[in-house]
Amino acid sequence: MNYQLNWSILWSGQTGGWLLNGLLTTLEISSLAWLLALTLGNVAGALRTAPIPPFRWLASAYVEFFRNVPLLVWMFFWYFGMPPLLPQALQDWLLDHGAEFWAGVCALGVYHGARFSEVIRSGIQSIPKTQFEAAHSTGLTVWQTYRLIIVPIALRLIIPPATNETLNLIKNSSVALTIGVAELTFQTRQIETYTAKAFEALAAGTVVYLVLCLAISTLMAVVERRVAIPGMIAQGNASEF
Amino acid sequence: MIEFRKVNKWFGSLHVLEDIDLTIEAGKVVVVCGPSGSGKSTLIRCINRLETIQSGDIIVDGSSLSDAKLDTVKLRTEVGMVFQSFNLYPHMTVLRNITLAPVKVKHVSPAEAEKIAAVLLERVGIPDKSQAYPANLSGGQQQRVAIARALAMKPKIMLFDEPTSALDPEMINEVLEVMTDLARDGMTMVVVTHEMGFARRVAHRIVFMDQGRIVEANEPEKFFAAPESARAQQFLSKILSH
Ligand SMILES: Nc1ncnc2c1ncn2[C@@H]1O[C@H](COP(=O)(O)OP(=O)(O)O)[C@@H](O)[C@H]1O
Ligand SMILES: [Mg+2]
Repeated sequence: MNYQLNWSILWSGQTGGWLLNGLLTTLEISSLAWLLALTLGNVAGALRTAPIPPFRWLASAYVEFFRNVPLLVWMFFWYFGMPPLLPQALQDWLLDHGAEFWAGVCALGVYHGARFSEVIRSGIQSIPKTQFEAAHSTGLTVWQTYRLIIVPIALRLIIPPATNETLNLIKNSSVALTIGVAELTFQTRQIETYTAKAFEALAAGTVVYLVLCLAISTLMAVVERRVAIPGMIAQGNASEF
Repeated sequence: MIEFRKVNKWFGSLHVLEDIDLTIEAGKVVVVCGPSGSGKSTLIRCINRLETIQSGDIIVDGSSLSDAKLDTVKLRTEVGMVFQSFNLYPHMTVLRNITLAPVKVKHVSPAEAEKIAAVLLERVGIPDKSQAYPANLSGGQQQRVAIARALAMKPKIMLFDEPTSALDPEMINEVLEVMTDLARDGMTMVVVTHEMGFARRVAHRIVFMDQGRIVEANEPEKFFAAPESARAQQFLSKILSH
């Protein structure tokens, strides 16, 4: 073996900076997409259980449309397909402000929102119907019942599958390299090309993803314990109430 | 206070309520009994519009429920309901379980709502549990909180759907005592229950249902001493034998 390992490319000079920038971009695109996904997922998930049929149809259409097309296709759609349909001023603004980044946020957020919504729907559906009725019988409206009771309970029950979806979202943010977002995977490839140190570059990328995802699952486990419904084991055991 | 006029209801092809006529005056306690599946729950759930009816009419405190303009929220502030399965909000303290609806529906100030809650917790016998969470209470305590939660809206009518059926035997009495107190205070109550001792002591009238019909409605003394229908006799002999 005459390959010379040179780990210092990861922290010295220009290439070290690339790695760090890649990590920051991954964090940025993932957190914005996560917020978008959680918002869309909450709304669509709740609507899919709503007592009003057109709301259910609308939410189902969203979910089925977005989760059944590959994420890569959505990346191309939001980056190449969408901008020409926008007003000229917005197109110009996007061109100056990283159009690929915002397309990536939309693709990831809308796609994972559809998947989140299924998680939230299953959480809501594990809550017995009588819980809704008890709330309604005190005069709370459907909207108040969802906002004050059903969704807060469901969110606590779904932390484990939601963690899983969050990790998927972070890992899927690497697909954004295909539309030129300079995130972590993009940067490791660039380091590899520039230094010809493929092993070191890819090893670094692997370790950074691993540490990031482990940190998030640890954090979510802490959150799960913090917000657990008192007296209930945090296992999503909805039969308790 | 509550009047059923020729009420009919179907679930698909199942005729769950058939020509129901029933008048319940203010301050009276009516116990509804009958075999499982006879339509007892459906009957009382119509009173607060958890179920809708297909024909006939129900008048609650002077308002017709078939009137499309009748505000369901307003109706429900006047009719409290207690369920077999308690259905407290598990993520909220006992205090918040009780104050939620007064604050959100009636726009009572939180401080005022907490005062009402304290009085009610005293009344149902658990003044020290306001900061507990539902899962840390016994079934009997949870059901008493559920009663307090319904009473916090200051309803004119209270509906109970088998309030003690999910309880261990030693907890049944503490809930029945609270209900008895409430009856003595003059609350209009409709109670679905198999607790015939309670019915005998507290009810002004017993309504016996079978297959969606009211088979018999009588004062407790008459009902227990000499039920008119064969179905009621059968039902009573089965239920009183254990
Ligand atoms: N939401 C529903 N849809 C269809 N059938 C129902 C529904 N709720 C109750 N039923 C049926 O109506 C009948 C009466 O039910 P219910 O009023 O709960 O009886 P009870 O309380 O006397 O046991 C039963 O046969 C039951 O299966
Ligand atoms: Mg029933």
